[in-house]
Amino acid sequence: MYLSALLLLPLIGSAVIAALPAGRTLLAKQIALGTSVLTALLGIAMALQFDRALGTFQFVESHEWITSFGVKYGLGIDGTGLVLILMALILAPIVILASWNEGQGGRFSQKAFFALILVLETFMVGVFAATDVFLFYVFFEAMLIPVYFLIGSFGGPNRSYAAVKFLLYSLLGGLLMLAAVIGLYVLTKSQFGAPTYDVTELSALNIDQNLQRWLFLGFFIAFAIKAPMWPLHTWLPDAASAATPGTAILLIGVLDKVGTFGMIRYCLPLFPDAAHYFAPTIVVLAVISIIYGAILAIGQKDLKRLIAFTSISHFGFIVLGIFAMTSTAGAGATLYMFNHGFSTAALFMVAGWMISRRNSSTITDFGGLQRVTPVMAWMFFIAGMSSLALPGLSSFISEVLVLVGAYQTYPVAAIISTVAIVLAALYILIVVQRSLHGPIAPGNESLPDLTNREKVAIAPVIAIIIFLGFVPSVLLNVINPTVTHTLTQVHATEPTPTAGE
Amino acid sequence: MNFVAPVINYSQVLPILIVLGTALLGVIVEAFFARDRRYQIQVPLSIAGLVLAFVWILKIRATTSITAESAVAIDGPALVLQGAIVILGIAGLLLIAERKLDSSGDAFVAQAAAIPGSEAERTATLAKLTQTEVFPLTLFAIAGMMLFPAANDLVTMFVALEVLSLPLYLMSGLARRRRLLSQEAAMKYFLLGAFSSAFFLYGAAFLYGYSGSVGFRQIREAIQTNAGNDVFLLTGIALVSVGLLFKVSAVPFHSWTPDVYQGAPTPVTAFMAACTKIAAFGAFARLFYVGLSGARWDWRPMLTVIAIATMVLGALWALTQTDIKRMLAYSSVAHSGFILTGIVATNKAGLSGTLFYLVTYGFTTIGAFAIVTLVRNASGEATHISGYAGLGKRSPWIAMLLSLFLLGLAGIPLTSGFVAKFAVFSAAYESGSTVLVIFGVLTSAIAAFFYIRLIVLMFFQDPEEDGPTVAAVPLMTTAAIALCATVTLVLGILPNALVHVIDAASRFVF
Repeated sequence: MYLSALLLLPLIGSAVIAALPAGRTLLAKQIALGTSVLTALLGIAMALQFDRALGTFQFVESHEWITSFGVKYGLGIDGTGLVLILMALILAPIVILASWNEGQGGRFSQKAFFALILVLETFMVGVFAATDVFLFYVFFEAMLIPVYFLIGSFGGPNRSYAAVKFLLYSLLGGLLMLAAVIGLYVLTKSQFGAPTYDVTELSALNIDQNLQRWLFLGFFIAFAIKAPMWPLHTWLPDAASAATPGTAILLIGVLDKVGTFGMIRYCLPLFPDAAHYFAPTIVVLAVISIIYGAILAIGQKDLKRLIAFTSISHFGFIVLGIFAMTSTAGAGATLYMFNHGFSTAALFMVAGWMISRRNSSTITDFGGLQRVTPVMAWMFFIAGMSSLALPGLSSFISEVLVLVGAYQTYPVAAIISTVAIVLAALYILIVVQRSLHGPIAPGNESLPDLTNREKVAIAPVIAIIIFLGFVPSVLLNVINPTVTHTLTQVHATEPTPTAGE
Repeated sequence: MNFVAPVINYSQVLPILIVLGTALLGVIVEAFFARDRRYQIQVPLSIAGLVLAFVWILKIRATTSITAESAVAIDGPALVLQGAIVILGIAGLLLIAERKLDSSGDAFVAQAAAIPGSEAERTATLAKLTQTEVFPLTLFAIAGMMLFPAANDLVTMFVALEVLSLPLYLMSGLARRRRLLSQEAAMKYFLLGAFSSAFFLYGAAFLYGYSGSVGFRQIREAIQTNAGNDVFLLTGIALVSVGLLFKVSAVPFHSWTPDVYQGAPTPVTAFMAACTKIAAFGAFARLFYVGLSGARWDWRPMLTVIAIATMVLGALWALTQTDIKRMLAYSSVAHSGFILTGIVATNKAGLSGTLFYLVTYGFTTIGAFAIVTLVRNASGEATHISGYAGLGKRSPWIAMLLSLFLLGLAGIPLTSGFVAKFAVFSAAYESGSTVLVIFGVLTSAIAAFFYIRLIVLMFFQDPEEDGPTVAAVPLMTTAAIALCATVTLVLGILPNALVHVIDAASRFVF
């Protein structure tokens, strides 16, 4: 019942907030924070009971839902699901604390902002916990609504346009996926005699090659929009720069992971042949994303757009890791998803504080922050270093795992991708130099440093980044059995390790 | 001469008879009661009649029979649709009966016969006359709609078509505000409706010529034994289809829809948009699944093309509309295309999907139009979509409810529209019409755009200066909206019960 409780708790919190009389903003925030902390604790309690040796689903719940479509309310998590749910649950209270004063200039009350965040938390847990493809689809689509209102009602000047662009991109992807979901329904009905959406049963389907490719594409395009991959990424910079930093953290840190999570959970095991068929193409697209995102990040003048483009590059790494189909790269990709969530969260949090203090998001408006606001500057620096995968910080391990694993199957792609490490150093160091060092830019002389609330919010993020930089095995032990299980389902043959030859 | 009395199983046709009887009582009330007392009698009388009919439908829900000398078939699909029509009829009637919204009374003209702008009209308006004929008219239309999907031969079908259409032609012309637009709408609807009825009759004659009978069972047998001249059969199918496609507003027979939906008084539009579509698709399904099922290889390609054209063009035209009633009209065209994908599937899943779709569509549509009646400025309803800017700020609940209905129409998960779309698309896919599914999915994306555009307008834009407002929502409209919103949500989250009922009911008798 852990998973259902995790779904229900934030929903109850948001209902309570919605029922509060107007004007009780502080109470609403406290309830939001309390609920999300409680949910996170429950999530951690669940994680402690998770059996790391198994590669299959745990905490399984299954109830009939729409019987004639074979749809079940089916929940369960494997290592990948657990890691991502933990990420979402830990980030939620941090985001709430970090965006304590966000949503003030919004179209609706701050109450609505925090209620929406909690609703979103429910859907985030649901999307990672669903073991029924139909239920997954429902969460996948329903998630759009709170995000749409979060961007459109509380963001910056361009929010309305960005929200609509985000929604239309996602809906288009979602509807293509719907076509594939319907295809699965018909297939199971004819092959098993009764329709089912249970992901474990679905992997036993025997789909003919041609159809498999189409169904794969239906799912993959939806996930590639979400992830986002070049050339379907254009909604992300707009959405990220229009959204409030808190929304942006959830959007890029958690929601976009649904795309890469979906590739692992659905694209690979359900359509193994098609996955092999398309893998080279996807790897090429991933490499383009890596390089393209990095180059564009270098050229950005806006702080939030810069972070958005770095994420496109990072998502390229994750996709590369997934479709390299080796256990090293697969584990690296899952770990990367977790680490990227926290390093992006750190970047967006500090960037958000910088922007709200300076009332500008243009990089050149900052300068000399190191001397004015040393704590904030240090936090930004650490977050930046984590983003460029400095050894000793968490992202380094995952990036290396992805590259090493990808080298076993796609050596050229791996080699080209290493260029992005250099580019990453460029885009981070340039922004660090311009905004933290050098002379104090006019207007920055009296910026206040981080408040205690902000320090409390960012401390756990930085702690996780550093901790996992040294002890990644905590998560890798959880991830590895699942990755092995997925790879057996894809019939991937492990190449003999090249290292040490 | 030896006359044999026709055998009628009265219990089975009682729901229709109850509604017809209530309508006749309503006429008598009009004749014998003073003008100012009629409203108090008509409203409870009509609703009581509909409730009674619904109760009887529940009572006979598990029975099937062909009765009235094979003219009427009461079976699962007929009863499901009759039940839906009656419930939606009640919702529609509540909107029609609402008198607290318009400062000068209800949504209907003081004296229908008065020429717009004339002295007689002014006198009638000043005297604050209100008419109550609309209640028996609505009931007659509902009775026709209930008979339409149960009609088991072409002549009964034609009679039902006329019984449901004639009151609607009249009611479309009764708008209190913008009377010329309303009368134009009624005229167009009547003329085009008359043409399409003529097509239907002509087609019926051809089918009679082919099979020697107007009964669906006989036509079915004739097709199975390949009894007659194929030219007669194909011509008959084509012409009969024109008549029915007109009623469901499928492209290219849809051109009346936006004008009528816009011109008619909004409560009438709500009622007609929901119930006519249900009745017409019910009749459509029976004719094609029972009477013409043997010729499905002849009509499936035609209907496939029409379904695609209806979905795509309906959605594209809806994109360009600036009046909310016209936008909803084109959206109803697009939905006809989606429902046709269920019909084209020609399997059991297709039939049950179609039925489910019709029920959900009816509730979201009435709900959406009910909200349209609420958003008003000094000259009545503000139907230009710019008037909806900032509604989310001024009347958050109304805006949220309209968003719910729009999301339902767009088919977003957790609303009834999604389950319905899934049902018809999966049926079409199962029958091998992958093309239809692809077009359906892509069109849904286009359609989502114009629904969402309205949501954006309501929530993310600032209200116009002295733009329209929403006054306190009166009781009857509240009841109708609450019913529709509940159904839209419940069928989105827990559709299992209704899906089961409909699955079990999805079998025609013949």
